[in-house]
This record gives sequence, structure tokens and C-alpha cells, in this order.
Amino acid sequence: MAIDRRALIKSLAVGGTAVAAGVAPASAAVRKTAPPGAMGMLYDATLCIGCKTCVVACKQANDMPAESAANGGLWDAPTDLDSKTKNIIKLYHEGEQESFVKQQCMHCVDPGCVSACMLHSLHKDEVTGVVMYDPTYCVGCRYCMMACPFNIPKFEFEKAAPKIVKCELCRQRIKDAAVMGPGGFTRYPKGQGPACCEVCPREAVIYGRRDELLAEAKRRIAAWPGKYYKDRVYGEFDGGGTQVLYLAHVPFDRIGLPDLGTQPVPETAYAVQEGIYYKIPFLAPVGLFAVLGAVIYRNRRADSVGAAEKEGKR
Amino acid sequence: MSSHAQVHVAMGGRLMTRPFMVLLAIAGVGAVTAAVRFLYGIGAVSNLSNGYPWGVWIAIDVVVGTAIGCGGYAVGILVYILNKGQYHPLVRPAVLTSLLGYGLAVIAVIIDLGRFWSLWKVPVYVWRWSHSPQLEVALCVAAYTLVLMIELSPALFEKLRAGTSTGLRRLAERGLTLVEKNFVWILALGLLLPTMHQSSLGTMMLLPGPRMHPLWLTPWLPLLFVVNCILIGFAVVVLEATFSAAAFGRPRETVMLASLSRIAGWIAVGWSVFRVGEAALAGKLGYLNSGYGLAFMAEVLLPLAAAAILLSERRRQAMWQVRGAILLFVGAALHRVDTYLVAFRPGQAFSYFPAVPELLITFGIIAAEVAIYIAVVKTFPILEGPVPAKKTF
Repeated sequence: MAIDRRALIKSLAVGGTAVAAGVAPASAAVRKTAPPGAMGMLYDATLCIGCKTCVVACKQANDMPAESAANGGLWDAPTDLDSKTKNIIKLYHEGEQESFVKQQCMHCVDPGCVSACMLHSLHKDEVTGVVMYDPTYCVGCRYCMMACPFNIPKFEFEKAAPKIVKCELCRQRIKDAAVMGPGGFTRYPKGQGPACCEVCPREAVIYGRRDELLAEAKRRIAAWPGKYYKDRVYGEFDGGGTQVLYLAHVPFDRIGLPDLGTQPVPETAYAVQEGIYYKIPFLAPVGLFAVLGAVIYRNRRADSVGAAEKEGKR
Repeated sequence: MSSHAQVHVAMGGRLMTRPFMVLLAIAGVGAVTAAVRFLYGIGAVSNLSNGYPWGVWIAIDVVVGTAIGCGGYAVGILVYILNKGQYHPLVRPAVLTSLLGYGLAVIAVIIDLGRFWSLWKVPVYVWRWSHSPQLEVALCVAAYTLVLMIELSPALFEKLRAGTSTGLRRLAERGLTLVEKNFVWILALGLLLPTMHQSSLGTMMLLPGPRMHPLWLTPWLPLLFVVNCILIGFAVVVLEATFSAAAFGRPRETVMLASLSRIAGWIAVGWSVFRVGEAALAGKLGYLNSGYGLAFMAEVLLPLAAAAILLSERRRQAMWQVRGAILLFVGAALHRVDTYLVAFRPGQAFSYFPAVPELLITFGIIAAEVAIYIAVVKTFPILEGPVPAKKTF
């Protein structure tokens, strides 16, 4: 009687205790660092004037239709990220405080959406770390949308053959054309980077290698102490790190950048899942199967013997 | 699927009764709505949005639906692992309910999947498999649905064996022997797979962690989901047995259900204690003073109320068994809906309440489940015969 319950609890407790004790499962998939060639963007909210040129450029570069439902079909005016909008500028204001914020995929170092995806339809490029989407293997389950803490992947609810829509850092435009600019900062010729970064009149959003962008962000913080919120770069460690980095003069959680801590978003789920199934590959299910089989076999034999005895007694 | 099998009989009787036709009509409306969804997209029939990508189809049809399908699992553990042979008459109808629960959950998944035509790639493209807990759920649910078909196949074979065609009779004999020979490992698989995917259903909701309400976010979710599906499984077995006794004029299994009720009652107590204890140890009781707190308390108090009935002497009365089972079912199902829908908070900008056509599909699926159950029970040897085969004690 106790065997099954114990085996059951044990197989589950493997995962539970792995999390409780903070033990990382033996998996490189969770403890990720950004690849050396990781590309990203740096958005500085103090520079953004909210002109939305980047929104227009994004639509052109990605061949996205206009979203004009809010104004009776007159002009493209998306109110949020959706299946027709991969990049948007929003305004936050509260009392005296005001800030624009740009929203698009953060290209997490260890993305929740990629962890959710069953057949790696969403996957992280090995070289650039860009989170890319291949509809070939997508079943449209929308688990990626549930798993993303930034609420980025969108779905074509209006179509009979829908796809997931999200920023892929204009990868269709990007070729290896980077040139080293002055001061060791890599420059990218026109047409070789994300459209939003190319058109920004204030360079509020710039494209580049993540390590260089991080250094640039820290340089700005050092140059103007007290200007930026908590003198901190959002995305350096948040949610395990993101390849799109943010500087702002207002609290991050007010402009859609949640306080995630430094733990990668998929860590708990993976510690449990991998603790049960992959730490010692398939030991838990195979072991439980063997135990169940043995108990059923034993009970059945005892049953047939017992039945014969009872028959005799009656 | 054992030596007791010969006591199962088909209930017979007229199939096209009025209630049955009502069920068919509801299922038909659901089917038409589903056709609209396939032609014009998910947005055409549902309130699902970029904030709430999952709604009642997932939370109720799939997550609660598969738990309804855990009657076979719960009774299977009881009969074949804990060796309580006296519950054997409950096994075959429970397995039928399980097959229907899982089969219709699979249909609900296909309705919900935006790109369902790619679903076949999930079991086939082995080299692309990720460690996603949802992959585990998908593969195990598919496998378990097949196992349930095999577990139920003796009902079909027994019917064929009683038929007139010699060829079919021989085939049925062969099938029965085959299932009987492989009984142990088929059954072990039938108990292993639900343990795996029901726990993974819990693991799945750890991934949206940052957007989950803390009262539902615990690394113990996989364990909670396994215990939860056993609670729902027992509740469904009690309801199903009482229903078929009333509907087909069969002798009530009140005595057997009374002792089953006691087991379910104790598990319900364990569930509630664990749930409160976990929240207290994790320092989450401060959240109780909110709307979420009410939902949490309902998940704890409803199973406790059920336990109060199922552990008292009242459990020997059929009416109280049903009341207890309903309380247990609602309380446990609430945890599933809360975890998959209520506790998920995509932000102020989004709200969700199911659209009417969305609900029509859900109702259609439930109606189809009941209708198929009635049709199968009347046609195939599922329930024990009208003459009580043997009193165990």
C-alpha cells in the first residue's frame, strides 16, 4: 500500500526539493549567459521624444499592416503591441513624472517563451542570441505568450491560419557588415541593423553588441550620476538578463519593466521538470513504472491464490 | 479487463430518448460553432486576447476535462496497487469516463490550437523536442488516450464474442487473450502516464511565474495537481455510479461508495491542510485579505466541507454521497481553473470573460461526453449486470 504513495511522492519531491534547496539541475539550458556575439539594443528613455518614427520604420521593414481601428481607419495608430505591431512607443505620466517607453521583444538571455515552446519553433540564435520564430514547427498553443513576463509574443487571433508575431531584431535585414567605429564602438551601415535604431533622430535607441551597449549604458550612468533611476541598467541581470537594455529616469516597473529579480524566468519550472525527468534521465518515470508493474503483478498473483482459498472455505 | 469481466452487461434500451436528443442538440451547436472557429479563426468565436491567450477551453475543457478523466486512475490505484478488489465493479465505467474525458480534451485542444494541422509533428519530430513541461503533457496525454482505448477494448471484444459472425468471434477471443496477457504492463502504464502528465500540468504554470498570483505559485504545484486529479477522479466515480444507478434502474452501489467516500474524504483533508500549510510556511497568508483570498479559501473549505460529509455516518446515504462528491468536485476543479485562469495576471489593460460562442463549444464538449457515455453503456458491456454479481463482505 505504501509503495505507490512513497514512489509517487518521491518522484515529485525530487523536483520540489531541488527548487526548495536552490539546487540547479544539471542543465546548461537554464544557467545561460549571453553568447559572446549577443546583439541587442540600448533604449534611453531620457532621450526619447516620443516621435514614433521607430514604430513607422518597424512596420515598413517588417511589412506589417496598419492598425487603425482606434481612429476609424484614418491612419496607423496602434495602442499596444499586437499581431500587426512589433514595436510601440507608450507614454507614462503620473503627477510631475513623465516618460516615453519603447516596447518590443527583450531578447532574454534565458527566455521564458523558448522554454515553453515544444519543438523549438521559438529559438535563440546561437551566435546573436536573437529570439527567432519559425512557424513550421508552431502548433499555435500560445504557451509562449503565457510564459513571457514582458507580454511580448502576440497571436493572429483574427486569422484561420495564425502565426506568432514578435520582434526578431530585423534579422531579415542583418548581414555581417559591422565596421569598427571610433572609440572601439561597432557601427552598422544603413540597412544592416534594426529599422527602429536606424531612424531614431535622437539615438534614444541604438543597436549593437550587448557587451558594448552595456559598457555604453554604464558610461552614461557614470557621466551623469543621479540622472538615471537607481543608477541602474535594466536588463543587465533582470530575469536572468536581457539583450535589450533600458535606461530611464522613472521607476522601471512603471514603464512596463517588471521587477523580476535576477533569477531567469524559466528557472523554477525547469528545476522541477528537469529534476524529475532529466537530472538522471528518465529514472523517475521508468522507476515508477517498474514499481507499479511489480505491485500489480504481486497483487494479482496473491489475488488468484486468495480467490482459490476463499472458494475452498465457502 | 480481468477474470471478473463476464459480469459486465450492456444496459440496452432505447437510445433516442428525449434527454439524449437534447444532449445531441447541445453538442451539435458546439460543433457548428467549432466550424466557424476553423473557418474564421479563434478571434471570431472567443474573447481570447493577447493578454489572455488561454481561456475556458484550456482551463475547463482540457485542464478540468482531463481531471474528470482521472476516475480510472484513482480507482485503478485503489484496486490494483492498494489491492482493494472490492472496488473492481467501478473500474470499467471509470475507464470509460476517463477515455471520454481525455478524448474530448484532445478535441478541445485541437479547437484551441491555432495551428492544429502541425500537431502531428509533436510526436514525430523527436530531434526537436525541448524540455518544455507542455511537451511532456502533450506526449503523455496522447499515449494515455491510446492506453485507455486498450484498457477498454475488452468491452468491445466481449460484445463481438457474443455476436453471430464466427470470424469476429475468433478475432474477439484473440484480442481478449492478448489484453489479458499484457495486463500488467498496460495497467502500469495506465497508472504511470496520468502521474506524469497531471504533475506536469502543475509544472506548466510555474513558467508564467512572474505573472501568477503568489497564492497559486508554488514549486509544489505538480504534487498538488496529482492529488487534485485523484480528488476529482473519486468525485466523478461517485457521481457517475449514482447517475447510472438512477438512470438505468440498477442496484445502487451505496455501500461500496460509502467506503470509497471515506478514502476521498481523508485525501481532501490532506489537500486542505497541505494547501494552507504551504501558504503559511511560504508567508503568503497576508494575501488572503483580497478577492484572490476568497478563491483560495473556497479551494480549501469546499473540500473540507466535502470531507465533513464523507467522513461522517451520512456517507452511507446516497444523497449525501452525491452532495459530498459535488462539493469535492467543485472545490478541486476550482483550483484548476484558478491556477490556469484567475491567478494569471497579465496586467490592468486586459480582462477576460468567455464569449457566448466560446462557452457553446465548451458546453458542446460536455454534452458530447455525457451522450457518448450513455450510448456506450447501453450498447457495450460496461456496467455490472442487473443481478448483483457478488457481495464482497
